Amino acid sequence: MVGSISGLDERMTTTTSPTPAPLSARRPAVADGSFRYLALACGLAVLAILALIAVSTTSKALPAFRHEGFRFLFSKEWNPTKTKVVSGQSVADPHFGALAFIYGTMVISAIALLIAVPVSVGMALFLTDVAPRRLRGPVSYAIDLLAAIPSVVYGLWGVVVLAPVLTRTYGSIGSATHGIPLLGTLLSGGSGRSFMTAGLILALMITPIITSLTREVFETVPRSQKEAVLALGATRWEMVRGAVLPWGRSGVIGAVMLGLGRAMGETIAAALVIGSSPQITAHLFRAGDALPAVIANEFGEAADVWRSALIGLGVLVFALTIIVNSAARALVVRTDRRMAA
Amino acid sequence: MSVPKVRLLGPVLALGLVAAACGSSSKSTSAPTAPGATNAPSTTTVTLASATLNGSGSTFQKAFDQDQIQAFQAKHSGITINYAGGGSGKGQQDLADQVVDFAGSDAAPVKDPTKDKGGPLLYFPTVVAPITVSYKLSGVTTLTLTADTMAKIFSRQIKTWDDAAIKGDNPSASLPSTAITVVHRSDSSGTTNNFTRYLKAAAPSSWTIGAGSTVPWPTDTTAGNGSTGVAQAVKATDGAIGYVDLSDAKAAGLTFASVKNSAGKAVAPTLDAASAALVGVTVNADLTYNPLNSAAPDAYPITSPTWILVYKTQTDKAKGAALKAFLAFILTDGQTNATASDYAPLTKDLTAKALAQVDQIVVPA
Repeated sequence: MVGSISGLDERMTTTTSPTPAPLSARRPAVADGSFRYLALACGLAVLAILALIAVSTTSKALPAFRHEGFRFLFSKEWNPTKTKVVSGQSVADPHFGALAFIYGTMVISAIALLIAVPVSVGMALFLTDVAPRRLRGPVSYAIDLLAAIPSVVYGLWGVVVLAPVLTRTYGSIGSATHGIPLLGTLLSGGSGRSFMTAGLILALMITPIITSLTREVFETVPRSQKEAVLALGATRWEMVRGAVLPWGRSGVIGAVMLGLGRAMGETIAAALVIGSSPQITAHLFRAGDALPAVIANEFGEAADVWRSALIGLGVLVFALTIIVNSAARALVVRTDRRMAA
Repeated sequence: MSVPKVRLLGPVLALGLVAAACGSSSKSTSAPTAPGATNAPSTTTVTLASATLNGSGSTFQKAFDQDQIQAFQAKHSGITINYAGGGSGKGQQDLADQVVDFAGSDAAPVKDPTKDKGGPLLYFPTVVAPITVSYKLSGVTTLTLTADTMAKIFSRQIKTWDDAAIKGDNPSASLPSTAITVVHRSDSSGTTNNFTRYLKAAAPSSWTIGAGSTVPWPTDTTAGNGSTGVAQAVKATDGAIGYVDLSDAKAAGLTFASVKNSAGKAVAPTLDAASAALVGVTVNADLTYNPLNSAAPDAYPITSPTWILVYKTQTDKAKGAALKAFLAFILTDGQTNATASDYAPLTKDLTAKALAQVDQIVVPA
C-alpha cells in the first residue's frame, strides 16, 4: 500500500507538470458533470435500497408486531404451533418472543469476537512486521482464500467433525471447572451443538476478514514513522505498540465491525451448529439459537403470522446491526478525538 | 431442507429406460399396450403439448416425486417438471402466490382451501411412509416402545435407557444405564408435525409439548438439520434416539425400534406396515385422511401421509393437461414404482378415489 501510494504520487507529478492544457481543452464540464451525477446516483441508490429493504420487511412483519406487541422483543417464549382449548375446540395460539434469539446472536457474536480479534490482529502484525518477506505473500494469499470459503462448508465441518470432538472436550472442561464461581457456570453443559461451538465456528469465519483488513491498515503505517521509533532505540514490540497500533486504531475497529456484522448475520453455519433451542442461559456449552438461524430453519414451514414473525426477526437483525455499528462509530470518533487532544 | 437423496439411482435409471422404451414405441401407435413392469389402466398415452410444470413444498415426498418425474418425462418428451422442495409451508405459500403449479404438503390444510386466490384446491394423496424411531445403543439391537414411553423419552421425563418404563416394554432385553440423548429436527418440518401429532394422539397424558412442525422441545435436547442431520447426530452418539424418515434411516444404517400400535401389536417400520395403516382409515370427501395411530391390527402407527395440491380450475391449457397426466401417472405407475423409492403405495380404494378426482380438474378448452 505504501508502495502504491508513493507510485501514484510520482505519476501525478509527472503527468500534471508537463501537459496541463489538453485536459481542459476537452470540455471538462460535460464529463465532470455527468460523472458527478453518476456518482450521486450510485450514492443515492445505496440509500434507496436500504430504505426499500427496511420499509418492505417492516411492513411484511407488521402482522407479527401487532400480534405480539412488545412481547416480540421482551418475551422468550417462541412457540409458533401452540394451541389452546376454547370452549372445547382447539384453536391456534402462537407465541413469538424473540428475546432468546437476540440473546443467542449477541452471545455467539461476542464469543467470536473475543477469539477472532486478538488472533487476527496478531496475524496481521506478523504479516506486516515480523514475518520474513518471502513468507508474507503466500500467507496473506492463504488467508484471503479462507475468507472465500462458503459458510455452509464451515457449518458442515463444524457439525460433522468439530461438534463430536468438542462434546468430549466440553465434558472434561466442565468437570475441571466445576465449582469455580463464574467459570463453573459459564463452562457447563456439554452439548456439541451449543453457543460455544457456534461462536468458535464464527470466529474461524471472521478471522480471515479481520486479518485481511487489519493487515491493509497496518501496511499504511508510514515507514518513516516506524523507523523513527526504532531509531530511538525501541524494540520491535515497542515500535508496534507506539507506532503501528495507534496509527491503525480506527481502521482495526472498522475491520472488527465488518467481522461482527458477518458474525451477527451468519445464518447457515450458525443454524447447523447452535443446537436450535430458544433459551437464555449462562451455560455456554448448552444449545441455543440465533436470529438468522431461526429464519433459515423455520421459513420453509411457516405461513401467515409465523412467516411475518420470521420476517420480523430479519428486521431485528437489521436493527441490531445498525445499533452496534453506530455505537462502534461513535466509539471510534470519541477515541480519535481524545487521541488528537 | 433435507439433502437430496442419491440412493437407488440404479433402479430408477433402469425404470427410466423402460419407460423411455415404452414412450418411444407408443408414440407411433395410438393405443399403447405397456409391456411388463408398467401397467397403466387409465393413462392412455396421448401426446401432450409441451409445458413446464413447477412445484415446491414437502421435502418428505421429494425423493418419490423426483423418481416419478424422471419416469414421466421419459414418457412425455415435451414435458418438463421441476419440484423444488423447501418445506410444506413454502409449497402452500408458493401455490397461494401462484408462483408454482402444484405444491407438496404433508399436512392437511390449516386454512380454508376454497378461499385461496386461485380458487378451490384439490388434495391428491400420493404415498405414505413410516417415520422410524431410530436409536443407537451399544448392545441393543431390538427394541420395542409404546407411545407412552416414547412420549416420556422425547419430553425428557425418562432420562436413562434402563428406566423401568423401557424395561417394561422390553422384558427380555438387557438395557445399559446409558443416558438418553434426544435428537429432534432443528428446521421446522412435516416429519416433526406428524411425529408430534402421533404422540399427542396416542399418549395424550404424557405428551404435553404440543404438536406442530416446530414444537418447544426441552432445552436439554439436541437438534439436527433435516432428516439426514438427525440421522447423523443419532449415529454419532451412543444412547441417542431420534425420529427419521425410513429412507434416511436406512441410508444412514440406523437401527430402529418397533412401535406398539393401538391394537397392542409391536410393529417394525416397514413399507407393508405403512400401507396397512391405511386399512379402515376414514377418508374425507376432500381426500384428506389421518393414518397416524391407525386402529388397523398390522399398522405401523407413525405413518406419515403426504399430498399434492393443485387448483381445481387450471388457467393454462397445456399446463393443465400435463398436470392431469402427471397426477394420473403418480396414481397408477407411481404406485407400482413407489417401493423402489422407499415409499409405500396407497390402498386400491384410495387410489381409485384420487384417480376419480383427477377428472374434476378443469382445463380450459
